[in-house]
Amino acid sequence: MSATAMPTAPAATDHLSGAEVVLRALKDQGVDVIFGYPGGAVLPIYDALFQQNHIRHILVRHEQAAVHAAEGYARSTGKVGVVLVTSGPGATNAVTGLVDALMDSIPVVCLTGQVPTHLIGNDAFQEADTTGITRPATKHNYLVKRSEDLARVVHDAFYVARSGRPGPVVIDLPKDILIKPAPYVDAPKAEAPHRSYRPVTAPNRDAILEAVRLLKRSERPIIYAGGGVINSGPEASRLLTEFVRLTGMPCTNTLMGLGAFPASDPLFVGMLGMHGTYEANLAMHGCDVMFNIGARFDDRITGRLDKFSVGSKKIHADIDPSSINKNVKVDVAILGDAGQVLAAMIEAWKSDDTPIAKDAQLGWWRKIDGWRSINCLAYTQAPEPGAIIKPQHAVKRLFEITQELGRETFISTEVGQHQMWAAQYFGFDKPNRWMTSGGLGTMGYGLPAAMGVQIAHPDALCIDIAGEASILMNIQEMGTLAQYRLPVKVFILNNEYMGMVRQWQELLHGGRYSESYSASLPDFVKLAESFHARGLRATKLGELDDVIREMIAHPGPVIADICVDQKENCFPMIPSGAAHNEMILGPDQEKNAASVTDEGKVLV
Amino acid sequence: MSAMDTRTATIAVLVENEAGVLARVIGLFSGRGYNIDSLTVAPVDEAGRLSRITVVTSGTEMVIEQIKAQLDRLVPVHKVADLTVEGPHLVRELALIKVVGTGDHRVEALRLADAFRARVVDATTESFVFEMTGNADKIDAFCALMRPLGLAEICRTGAVAIARGTRQMAI
Repeated sequence: MSATAMPTAPAATDHLSGAEVVLRALKDQGVDVIFGYPGGAVLPIYDALFQQNHIRHILVRHEQAAVHAAEGYARSTGKVGVVLVTSGPGATNAVTGLVDALMDSIPVVCLTGQVPTHLIGNDAFQEADTTGITRPATKHNYLVKRSEDLARVVHDAFYVARSGRPGPVVIDLPKDILIKPAPYVDAPKAEAPHRSYRPVTAPNRDAILEAVRLLKRSERPIIYAGGGVINSGPEASRLLTEFVRLTGMPCTNTLMGLGAFPASDPLFVGMLGMHGTYEANLAMHGCDVMFNIGARFDDRITGRLDKFSVGSKKIHADIDPSSINKNVKVDVAILGDAGQVLAAMIEAWKSDDTPIAKDAQLGWWRKIDGWRSINCLAYTQAPEPGAIIKPQHAVKRLFEITQELGRETFISTEVGQHQMWAAQYFGFDKPNRWMTSGGLGTMGYGLPAAMGVQIAHPDALCIDIAGEASILMNIQEMGTLAQYRLPVKVFILNNEYMGMVRQWQELLHGGRYSESYSASLPDFVKLAESFHARGLRATKLGELDDVIREMIAHPGPVIADICVDQKENCFPMIPSGAAHNEMILGPDQEKNAASVTDEGKVLV
Repeated sequence: MSAMDTRTATIAVLVENEAGVLARVIGLFSGRGYNIDSLTVAPVDEAGRLSRITVVTSGTEMVIEQIKAQLDRLVPVHKVADLTVEGPHLVRELALIKVVGTGDHRVEALRLADAFRARVVDATTESFVFEMTGNADKIDAFCALMRPLGLAEICRTGAVAIARGTRQMAI
């Protein structure tokens, strides 16, 4: 029946249950997939899901993984990721994922079941104070106590999750609200402003002009771009690339910002921070004007604050006013969306006639090229086929082979040494291709994240670069891969240690490897097979390329167990409590870490 | 003023009067390690949809700027105003002060209360409850005077504050 055949018919929404209202609101918000796990309090939603075809549900094996999967989905598509979990343990299991999304500014809406309203506060079965627990774990949360609020709250949650600095939002849904009829209301029109939450996105013109003039007069400029550029959408990354090429200035990316500027561009000086490149960190240290766009002067970036780029003028553009002047006092603050800021900067750069300090900038580039020539990411891989595989080399070959194949490739990681090697040796030329837990540093993030990416991009190559310790934190998701035939590749750099813990123990705690050995590991090949996946292993250099090619060629999920050098450490490294110009470049300088003071050791 | 100097700030926050909003504000202060010297809250509009929170806090200039920015980005927060820097403003606090005693102490307490314009709102032959409004300093001073005279109990609301003149805080 066409819609016009019944123009005056009452809206068919009068008799919708709360659960049906929730699903209709999700559909109207453009949701096509949700990641979840059923339970008593959310049975009405699962019943409604069963009776519709608009929204696909992916059954995970643990609620934490549902949130990470939604994060992977969100980060690779720019859309809001959606999670559905039950009350009590369902909600508490999701908390790690929520904090992860909060720290990395990922838009996620998480629906949690709740005991019926009349039982709230009675310590009912599977009751938890979900809004209380998730208040500091989310950007915002709601407990729906009245049916008439239900539809509005869902729409509101999506607006809050994706607007301004994105983040996770929880909607706690008592079971009686889901069962009772509830009125449906449409999402508010774009022009109807939110009552209280209206983040500023358009930058102030004077601040833009001041920034452009500072940069034009600068003799040693640097552009430092973070995840805010990625969050703003692919257009912001395009504008960043345009701006950097227009100005000819060096550009560095944070861990969260990788892909915002093409890694293959000669103006890219690599990632900065604790395991960033020598040239990026020294350029940050020695610059006279720094333009931070969408990054937050995180402690992994700044190292020792009182020695962080002393003497430079700092311009900071961010959509979150609380990120500006939080850790580092800046000279020019620009409040706004990264894309809009960059568009305004490009426009102002072209129209402003301040002379550019060209000669001085050429000298600055010569200096940077000198730092580059140190080749801080060099490592020594013995060439014999029987040689032990260096973890850096494994990532490098993975990158090169995926480049050769030319397939659309998405990389996620767990947390630790392998994560830093992935960031250092896998080059990203486009945004939204790199999913890693930056702020919270959540081991167990990568596999479910890759799962969410694969759902969003069924034909793409999705690889989780993992460590043997991290992967075990959400290994149960191999079951989800099998159920939905998701061809995710798990590429384990297996050094039989929690490598980053071991590295710190080696450098800072006298080589006392307290509890950092991965004892009693499973046989990852057999483990893969038991989850209906393909298991592969490389133990020496001669096997590496074949395993990588076979892993990629296999049409289903694969675990590739790459047995790598157990002693390898992640360099360069700025030891805790040190400044950018006090980097350790390689094993020869490890003794420098011994000079780390107790003050430094206190830092993580 | 150097970067390490601390100051007191009286901050007014206009918020949606919804469940959990106070917990959000308090959680922000405790979670980020900021001080709360006092905090008051009550609905302020006819429909009861808006509440006004007055929070007195202290910290370095950078910390106070952070507090304001962090408050302002909470979803149910409409407006944040730092009354301390935005111009002349009034700060008032209400206190109920119980003084127990007899004889000369009792007479002296009553005389001082009169000087401080504290009102007697309850009396027995052995006690007074004084009600007074004023800024925190005035109440502190009065309490200090009452201490040797049989001060038994103090109950204070914390500060409420408003800008002088025509300046308004509304959505």
